[in-house]
Amino acid sequence: MRRHQTRTAYTFLLVPLLFFLIVRFLPTLSALRLSLFDWNILKEQQPFVGTDNYQRLLTDGKFAQALKNTALYTVIGVPVQIALGLLVALLLNKIRALRGVFRALYFAPYVTPIVAAAWVWQWLFSPQFGPVNTFLVWLHIPPQNFLTSPDQALATTAALVVWQNLGFQVVLFLAGLSAIPRSYYEAAEIDGAGSSQAFWKITWPLLNPTIVFSVVTGTIAYLQLFTQVVNLNFTDQGGPLGSTTTVALYIYQLAFGRFQMGYASAITVVLFVIILAITLVQLRFLTRRYDL
Amino acid sequence: MTTTLPKTDVRDSSGTPRPRRRVNLPLLLAYLVLTVGIVVTLFPFMWMLLTSLKSFQELFNLRFLPEAPTLDNYRQVLLETKFIQWFANSLLVASVTTASVLFFDSMVGYTLAKFDFPGKTLIFILILSTLMIPTEMLVIPWFVGVSDLHLTRSVPGAYFSIMFPGLMSAFGVFLMRQFFETLPDDLLEAARIDGMSEFGIFWRIALPLVRPALASLAIFTFLGNWNAFLWPLIVIQNPEFRTLPVGTALFNGEAGTQWGLIMAASSLAVIPVLIVFAIFQKQIIEGIVLTGMKG
Repeated sequence: MRRHQTRTAYTFLLVPLLFFLIVRFLPTLSALRLSLFDWNILKEQQPFVGTDNYQRLLTDGKFAQALKNTALYTVIGVPVQIALGLLVALLLNKIRALRGVFRALYFAPYVTPIVAAAWVWQWLFSPQFGPVNTFLVWLHIPPQNFLTSPDQALATTAALVVWQNLGFQVVLFLAGLSAIPRSYYEAAEIDGAGSSQAFWKITWPLLNPTIVFSVVTGTIAYLQLFTQVVNLNFTDQGGPLGSTTTVALYIYQLAFGRFQMGYASAITVVLFVIILAITLVQLRFLTRRYDL
Repeated sequence: MTTTLPKTDVRDSSGTPRPRRRVNLPLLLAYLVLTVGIVVTLFPFMWMLLTSLKSFQELFNLRFLPEAPTLDNYRQVLLETKFIQWFANSLLVASVTTASVLFFDSMVGYTLAKFDFPGKTLIFILILSTLMIPTEMLVIPWFVGVSDLHLTRSVPGAYFSIMFPGLMSAFGVFLMRQFFETLPDDLLEAARIDGMSEFGIFWRIALPLVRPALASLAIFTFLGNWNAFLWPLIVIQNPEFRTLPVGTALFNGEAGTQWGLIMAASSLAVIPVLIVFAIFQKQIIEGIVLTGMKG
């Protein structure tokens, strides 16, 4: 019986395992190998350079800036996105009428093509005539430069990413919330618990797996931020003075703009190690009662 | 849901009758905050739709509503660009990858959930660990490989090059495995005793029972591939094969970027997706709940 099961299982898994091997694992090893060469797809010779690419990273100011920017995006984006998503989901869970309509409307940005969203963003935050500045002036706050300011471009770009991801976050939290039995809240109410007590004693701990999922997948996604940054700036150079450039964008510039694929691969390896380390730490600290 | 109980019968904990119609302040506040949120969230989205109806002369004026709404941008997008071709490309790429993910991910999820065999846990962990491999790390070797094999020279090769990274997903395997674990073993055992083939049990018994999970996996896979940007941008050489996001991003005419066209093309790309979500949102959310996002 067991042998029969094993044979069936491996028959079913054959094609998928080949896929994961050829499309995911071998390229990972290949990137590791490329990072040890001065690899340029347009050249005849691809000389072996050992750890030169990694040493070059240590003194590359542009890489340092891209790394710092990526960290900033993650630190701003992930918590804001989760807090807003949770707030909207909790409120949607409270209402009955119009719930489906609201849910679909909050989802709209998630399916908006990023190119269009990026243009609207440039217009919204335009220093001269943008509606956001009109609103600030109305509040007696001086107009800001936003995307054209090296200090504000990153936060403005992060706002676009949060705006686009909010809908997905809301759907995720609604799913998590609907899995909490109503009877828990009824019991808490009978025991005289207030709504903030109910939130911290019931909702928050029972939502923990969803929040862990959001933090981990959100962090991985923010560490690879690319599309919004490219489309918000017409060039592939990133915002003013490189202030919005991410690691992913820098990799793209090096590998497909200048064809320095060996050096770009070294950066991808570093990015991989960072993602792996952060994910493991997060899983360790965030999953208290849920062993993985 | 619309039936209301006679309010006079409802008493609160202190036993005094409630007033017939009490204003529910927290509920009112919830609606207020949600409405403000919707206005802020939808403002950029509405701007996209409204700009698509503006003529070139009106494009940069500050009015929210177009003064003289025109469908000219749509006419130009549909007739004078490769939009229809790009739309068809995206539809093809997203449909094929979705079908492939649904089939293979559910087969792997089913196997990992319902069979006992050596290497099971290791295979699951290995597949899950691919979620942590950054796409940037993979695209360089993919690009080198596709170039070496001269894949993009033929039509099937070009489409295959765009699609192959999305044909299976670790996320889908995780989702489907969670769901198949909730299916009772007895059901599968009964079919086995009836002499059904192993594939028949999977295809005709197990798969129909996980429809909500398949629905949510389908919509998110479709959306992901419909909006995919980095890899298609890199791999597509010939404008004929561009997908919608890449085609739209490279919508640069000789007189600068054609914003009216971008807005019209984007609106045409969003509206079908939004309609599908509006129709199936119950199943999608139910699917996420049931597939064990709860842990």
